[in-house]
Amino acid sequence: MEKDKKKSENPLKVNRRHFFSQLSVGIGSLALGSLLIPDLFKGVTSERLTHPLGVAHFAPKAKRVIYLFQAGAPSQLETFDYKPTLRKRMGEDLPESIRNGQRLTGMTANQDKFPLMPPAVDFKQHGESGTWVSDFFPHTAKIADEITVVRSMHTEAINHDPAITFFQTGSQISGRPSMGSWLSYGLGSENKNLPSFVVLTSRGKGNSQGLYSKLWSSGFLDSKHQGVLLRSGKDPVLYLNDPEGISRSDKRHLLDQVSSLNKLHHAETGDDEIESRIAQYEMAYRMQMSVPDVMDISKEPESIIKLYGEDCQVPGTYAANALQARRLAENGVRFIQLYHQGWDQHGNLPNEMAGQAKDVDQASAALVLDLKQRGMLEDTLVIWGGEFGRGNYCQGKFDPTNYGRDHHPRAFSIWMAGGGIKPGLNYGKTDEFGYNVVENPVHINDFHATLMHTLGLDHEQLTYKYQGRRFRLTDVAGNVIKDLLT
Amino acid sequence: MRQKLLVLFILVFLAGFLLALKKGVFSVSNDESIGLIIPDIVDYNFHIKPILSDNCYTCHGPDANKRKAGLRLDLEGTAFLELKESPGKFALVPGEPKNSKAYLHIITDDPEVIMPPSDSKLSLNSYEKKLIKKWIEQGAKFEKHWAFIPPAKKEVPKSEESQWGNNEIDAFILEELELNNLNPSVKASTETLIRRISLDLTGLPPDADQVKGLLDNHTDDFSFTIDKFLASSGYGEYMTQSWLDLARYADSHGYQDDSYRTMWPWRDWVIHAFNKNLPYDEFLTWQLAGDLLPNATKEQVLATGFNRNHPITQEGGVIQEEYRVNYVLDRTNTLGKGILGLTLECARCHEHKYDAISQKNYYELFSFFNQVDEKGLQMDAVQAKNQKYYADPPYIEISADETEDLLSFINMEKNTQIKVMVMNDSAPKTSFILNRGEYDQPTDSVEPSTPQTIYPFPKGLPQNRLGLAKWITDKNNPLTARVFVNRIWTMLFGRGLVETTEDFGVQGSLPTHPELLDWLAVDFMEHNWDIKYLLKKIMLSSTYQQESKFRPDLRQVDPENKLLGRMPRFRMSGEMIRDYILTTSGLLNAKIGGSSVKPYQPAGLWEETNAGNNRGILTTYVPDDGDDLYRRSLYTFWKRTLPPPNMTIFDAPTRDFCEVRRQKTNTPLQALALQNDVQVLEAARVLAERTVVERVENQDMITDVFRRILVRSPADEELLTLKKYYGDAVNTYLKDIEGAKKLIAVGEYEHLNTDPVKTAALMLTAQVIYNLDETITKE
Repeated sequence: MEKDKKKSENPLKVNRRHFFSQLSVGIGSLALGSLLIPDLFKGVTSERLTHPLGVAHFAPKAKRVIYLFQAGAPSQLETFDYKPTLRKRMGEDLPESIRNGQRLTGMTANQDKFPLMPPAVDFKQHGESGTWVSDFFPHTAKIADEITVVRSMHTEAINHDPAITFFQTGSQISGRPSMGSWLSYGLGSENKNLPSFVVLTSRGKGNSQGLYSKLWSSGFLDSKHQGVLLRSGKDPVLYLNDPEGISRSDKRHLLDQVSSLNKLHHAETGDDEIESRIAQYEMAYRMQMSVPDVMDISKEPESIIKLYGEDCQVPGTYAANALQARRLAENGVRFIQLYHQGWDQHGNLPNEMAGQAKDVDQASAALVLDLKQRGMLEDTLVIWGGEFGRGNYCQGKFDPTNYGRDHHPRAFSIWMAGGGIKPGLNYGKTDEFGYNVVENPVHINDFHATLMHTLGLDHEQLTYKYQGRRFRLTDVAGNVIKDLLT
Repeated sequence: MRQKLLVLFILVFLAGFLLALKKGVFSVSNDESIGLIIPDIVDYNFHIKPILSDNCYTCHGPDANKRKAGLRLDLEGTAFLELKESPGKFALVPGEPKNSKAYLHIITDDPEVIMPPSDSKLSLNSYEKKLIKKWIEQGAKFEKHWAFIPPAKKEVPKSEESQWGNNEIDAFILEELELNNLNPSVKASTETLIRRISLDLTGLPPDADQVKGLLDNHTDDFSFTIDKFLASSGYGEYMTQSWLDLARYADSHGYQDDSYRTMWPWRDWVIHAFNKNLPYDEFLTWQLAGDLLPNATKEQVLATGFNRNHPITQEGGVIQEEYRVNYVLDRTNTLGKGILGLTLECARCHEHKYDAISQKNYYELFSFFNQVDEKGLQMDAVQAKNQKYYADPPYIEISADETEDLLSFINMEKNTQIKVMVMNDSAPKTSFILNRGEYDQPTDSVEPSTPQTIYPFPKGLPQNRLGLAKWITDKNNPLTARVFVNRIWTMLFGRGLVETTEDFGVQGSLPTHPELLDWLAVDFMEHNWDIKYLLKKIMLSSTYQQESKFRPDLRQVDPENKLLGRMPRFRMSGEMIRDYILTTSGLLNAKIGGSSVKPYQPAGLWEETNAGNNRGILTTYVPDDGDDLYRRSLYTFWKRTLPPPNMTIFDAPTRDFCEVRRQKTNTPLQALALQNDVQVLEAARVLAERTVVERVENQDMITDVFRRILVRSPADEELLTLKKYYGDAVNTYLKDIEGAKKLIAVGEYEHLNTDPVKTAALMLTAQVIYNLDETITKE
């Protein structure tokens, strides 16, 4: 490794260049005000600074997202994708021309027959849009003109773990930042007393699959962007509650000592990281007030309780989380991620789906209506859907009243509402078997690109350099589906 | 007084600096490069390649499929060829920037032809353009990538002005400092150094007696201190702690149902290996290929558990081959990131865009790990639970009897038996290049081999993992020693000589002190890959022993402290913080090894996210009781889908894959964890009780607690603050004795019947100290 004196000056020159390049970033981030200044001196590496964060690339329609994730993958054939052909050809084998080489999971790969199975529930058209909705979802049916149903979603994954990971992080392989983390990174926070990315979980009685903290991980992004799990019960954020025997004013007094001793040490060492720590302690103190406040629904009027359903008063239910989501949205949380487990109907589908739908139907519709009546729907994007679809053939014993459906990646349905999405649209089509997309396919990467677009972010521009490569939520693909946008 | 002056100085400096920012820098920020000086001699590796790699290689680099206009700029042999699309023209003409099309395209204003193209969202600044111009003027010379040139010891520089320095390391550091007209910092206080050395070698603070003993015996030479900590068993535990991230160790399988596995005897082996100071080349060889060594011992086979630590699925419906291939990919990527410092995984799906690692190279490495007699899915979580099946084949069985003898380092209960997953080569198969990295799209077949560009696979080596291990640990391999030396440097200084510890490739960062890195790497190999020697060498340097205070002159010239004109100070890991609190409160249970334990964790975390219906094994979290609550954090049960929250809040990775660099963030959730985690509160309570029993005078009590936690005496102002606080707290609790009783009821540990008011007040005083930045920082 040859080196001369002149050259050896260079690493420092590079430092200084990065140092100043941060300042140019700083312009965009001035909204963060004084909080940013300590960072300037910390000498953050250039990797963090590939995009002027805290500013959208263009005018956003949506300011925040509420994602009602239905974990386990609800069947499109019993929700929004009505296929009368399945009834006409009930019991016939799925034609090979339709399956066309689709790989199957280990659960049905060994079946010798793939008999077509019609839905055990009726469908009707609703609203001016004429959107087909199954009778499992009477409340959703009533907001048919508020939502856009996309029936042409598709993915590559056929197992839960990679499929959910794909939806939440843009990659089937663990380790990438989650969608909410990307948005927190790209847009920053609207409320300095609450995290910008919040996760709420609930579980139905249907067959369910586990959730993983990696789904709300910030991956290689700074961990301040990671999702904060808000839990029902007395400690909604981990370690939020002070121990018994210490009052709020005692706590203030204690923190004041911590601050003053930290300040002494700051003077001694000159390290601004200490100032930053003091600021984090203050934010933690504020969170101890703001989080319980936002979670306290006792002041919600009777009309709201009725709208979301009685369950919304039971902490930890989907309905309670949906109401919570609205309150968090009002308080400036950028990305609110709900998970409802229990949608993995390999058997006993009619029964289990009826139960799952009952858990989520009223509250999901209520959330849309509630946001609308507050004038928040126009800048809040609401999304409802799972990680893949389900097969049109029967899994297990053929019984039209008690059947199962295996995983299916090639076509499934989700709905979106508000936040720059055209209302009352029916987008994309599957074939008469509900197996393949035949019109306007939307890949997960496209979905991500579109979602980011509504928030004013160019999915190709929001990058983070890690391990020598610029990463994006959409990896190397994705097109904004312009037809979906207002 | 001196402090006040310093504060004043800093304030004035800050104010001036902010003013400068407002006035000048923001307004010219469109071109950040103004004011940078072009060096007299432009260096390909240090100046030019980073620009070309970052901006040009995507279309003009190693990946033939994405190459545009037939131009390949990463190789000397192709960069000067006549351009296919412009006969008679060349991208680069040595000495003639005006005739070099590449340069002309870079400086043009024409959006149609500008490079990088406008839709790439990339652009070069004027500094970078000038560098390229000058490089072409100076002959456009290419060099091999620095990290692929074998390291060699260069002559150690000699300063004409300064006597500073203890060993060769300091000479290299001083040279750079002097070039920038900077001085090194003074030596840190003895107490600070003892704490620093103790933390760096054992991950634990020194206890008060240890400090006293060392202070009493102290000469200026820290050899004795270093040796003492190197010899303690805490050393192996601490070194193991960080190896677990690299080895993606966990107590659960990961994926969907995330059930239990028994890999902890492998972890006990790692502790043992570090403590007996197994040379690094053997340490690697055993882990990569212990089973293939002639007359392999059971211990050597156990070491290969390293490559079975990856997640394994238990989801019923998966396709066997898809997951089996995933496991092999994981081993290949771990070899790259953890041991070679290369992001090999980029070449899984396509030719590497930056490094000269082809997809063929990748699958040649892959094929070394592709001979294992394993399945993608052995058993689903329900079956595994019913059959108490905690290890997938291949595995070895270890009986308690064996641990009395050859495997005495495994901490096992009597009359038990345990299965540990290991490697074998019992299922030989041909490997193929996988198109787009997909398991079901094999193309050409490949033989086990290693990338020529790094170092050719020597003839005569077996084409199996043992051959691979020999290639890795060959002294001519340019990466292995550099990467490890850098890893150790990162542990001590918080940042490597190469900042991107995981990437020594073209896109990785350049070494700040290349000659020092090479000197250390060669020295390490010359000393038989002796890890303890390496640590001691660095710790005996004056560089390491500097104090960590920020000096205004350093901050101005070198804000990131890359030149090391002072010792960096940085926050400890989650594990270290918890161990620190357990140690200083006297709660730590020093038992070594054994099955992982479940300390306090907020209730309900596993229950809320599991698959429901008690499917699988790890569905509910039941904390242990008694002594197991106070084990070192590396023994805390690691469930991949929900790792211990008091670790992840402090940036621990999930262990889903190999990780070699943790972030050091500063968040409100960390503040909450330190204030309200039962583990911390209980430690403060126990420390308070013990102190109340041992001490009578208030002042002594507070000094005592302070000394125990911070390993130094409090300054007058600190003591005054804490005494006053303690007094206030006593007054508060005198009026609220029930409150005091509630507060000190925290935690399972046996209560001493001390006065509740005094105890509560002292407990909160200890809480104040546990929440100080200094407590969780390595100074």
